[in-house]
Amino acid sequence: MASRLLLQNLSKRHLLRSTFASRSASTLVLAEHEGGSIKAQSLSAVVAANSLSQDNPVSLLLAGSGSSLHQAAEKAATSHPSISQVLVADSEKFAYPLAEPWAKLIQLVQLKGDYSHVIATSDSFGKNILPRAAALLDVSPVTDVVDINGPHQFIRPIYAGNALCTVQYTGANPCMLTVRSTSFPVHPISVDSKSGGASISEVDLSTLDEDSVGKSRFMKLSSQDTGRPDLGSAKIVVTGGRALKSAENFKMIEKLAEKLGAAVGATRAAVDAGFVPNDLQVGQTGKIVAPELYMAFGVSGAIQHLAGMKDSKIIVAVNKDSDAPIFQVADYGLVGDLFEVIPELLEKLPEKK
Amino acid sequence: MKIMVAVKRVVDYAVKIRIKPDKSGVETQNVKMSMNPFCEIALEEALKIKESGLAKEVVAVTMGPSNCVDTLRTGLAMGADRGIHVEAARDLVPLSVAKVLKKLVEVENPGLLILGKQAIDDDCNQTGQMIAALLGWPQGTFASKVVLDKEKQVATVDREVDGGLETLCLDLPAVITTDLRLNQPRYATLPNIMKAKSKPIKRYTPEELNVEIKSGLEVVQVTEPPKRKAGVILSSVDELIDKLKNEAHVI
Repeated sequence: MASRLLLQNLSKRHLLRSTFASRSASTLVLAEHEGGSIKAQSLSAVVAANSLSQDNPVSLLLAGSGSSLHQAAEKAATSHPSISQVLVADSEKFAYPLAEPWAKLIQLVQLKGDYSHVIATSDSFGKNILPRAAALLDVSPVTDVVDINGPHQFIRPIYAGNALCTVQYTGANPCMLTVRSTSFPVHPISVDSKSGGASISEVDLSTLDEDSVGKSRFMKLSSQDTGRPDLGSAKIVVTGGRALKSAENFKMIEKLAEKLGAAVGATRAAVDAGFVPNDLQVGQTGKIVAPELYMAFGVSGAIQHLAGMKDSKIIVAVNKDSDAPIFQVADYGLVGDLFEVIPELLEKLPEKK
Repeated sequence: MKIMVAVKRVVDYAVKIRIKPDKSGVETQNVKMSMNPFCEIALEEALKIKESGLAKEVVAVTMGPSNCVDTLRTGLAMGADRGIHVEAARDLVPLSVAKVLKKLVEVENPGLLILGKQAIDDDCNQTGQMIAALLGWPQGTFASKVVLDKEKQVATVDREVDGGLETLCLDLPAVITTDLRLNQPRYATLPNIMKAKSKPIKRYTPEELNVEIKSGLEVVQVTEPPKRKAGVILSSVDELIDKLKNEAHVI
């Protein structure tokens, strides 16, 4: 936590410096929308754009088809004071987030707008599309940025977060980034900003190159209907390890997660033992999470697991073995039998609001 | 059909990495190196497709210094038919790798290109998407299931997206990048390791393939991530709930 503060201070300092440097910048943010509004994490990309340089007009690119797109565009226009323009690409081709048409769209918009930066969030949407667009524009993208030192200097984790790499972008415009949304939190913005919102304009799609478009088709989306939040974006994650002993026992973890409104995670050991499917795996080869609260039950804390969760704000560890490495990163540790602790927690935890 | 698989030699996932004292990078001398886990999964998938009779040949490709050949041999021992090694300086950025791969695709004409979703060293998650763009092929990233239809010349790919699985249908040729759930890679058996020694490996340099290597990125420094401050050991569940509520304010 101390570290996070340090990073924030660092970035503030750099922000001041870049203000003096005041280069002309303009940023295109690739935004996602759902049900008539833009997704919260897309605003993190706008926050990231703000820390590139102070005078940085942001154009938000929204694509899709139908009325919900235009509804989202209108909401987006007033969602953040630094958004100066909302670009809307309305076509059946963008009904689903297929990388082929979307990457072409970014290329088209970039060639017209000549932006200095193009930013998306590093979720499965941004990671799928942005590198493809970068290759079309013949530039090297920088993915999963966690901090910005200036218009062309970024910090990103490598080796699953076991090292932080500062990179300087020396290539041609645009400088393309995906940013980790948990690193650029969106603070509530007062809606009564002076400006009457950004202008909304339609992208002229008549020159959209059809070369690779249409070679992929969307079939279906099956969301895991667990009723629990997604592991990647959950505010609370409850994780079980090998000590749960069986899939049956792992249900206790699920119950606890339900009570807390949390997502369920697992260690590789728990996955390999067949307690849970491996899309729940947290760690170097699984998902990387950074929730507000991470509760680890019967997790020893191997490096590979720590790599996936050590950026969590508060870490709680419950383990029988007081020498388990997990206690070295835990803010609150409880040495005890999880088969006694979990039922007690279930009983004593307050009901979720 | 021929399947081309790109494999990368990386620091073994079980190694606790050390940062060089001069902060120029991560120590890779005298450190155990292995095939990137996602590349193993990519190769396994290609081998499965071949075993089901839908592909005739699996070609493994790697890029980097001469010791990358070890990784290629591992791939050949798993079952790849032959290897291609593009001898290059270390640390090619994904865009350069994609450009080299494009040239190799032009030479080899594979019907499918399979890569891992990301390398566990640079964690970029870019190469597959970039090569797909350069070739103008459709992409199926983060694949957890791949079904080929030879007659229709399409691949149906289940992708792990945030909050669920998305199913796409791609026209072949296509690029697929593999997620962890796709399969369980096989181990190379001793007889196969011996056999792999006689399988052919073709060598190229980027110059021979006429690819200009430029980076556009400079590493300023590599540092340790900030350490977490030591926590406290509590004595009871009540104390834990109290701390979470009143000190951390997270529940």
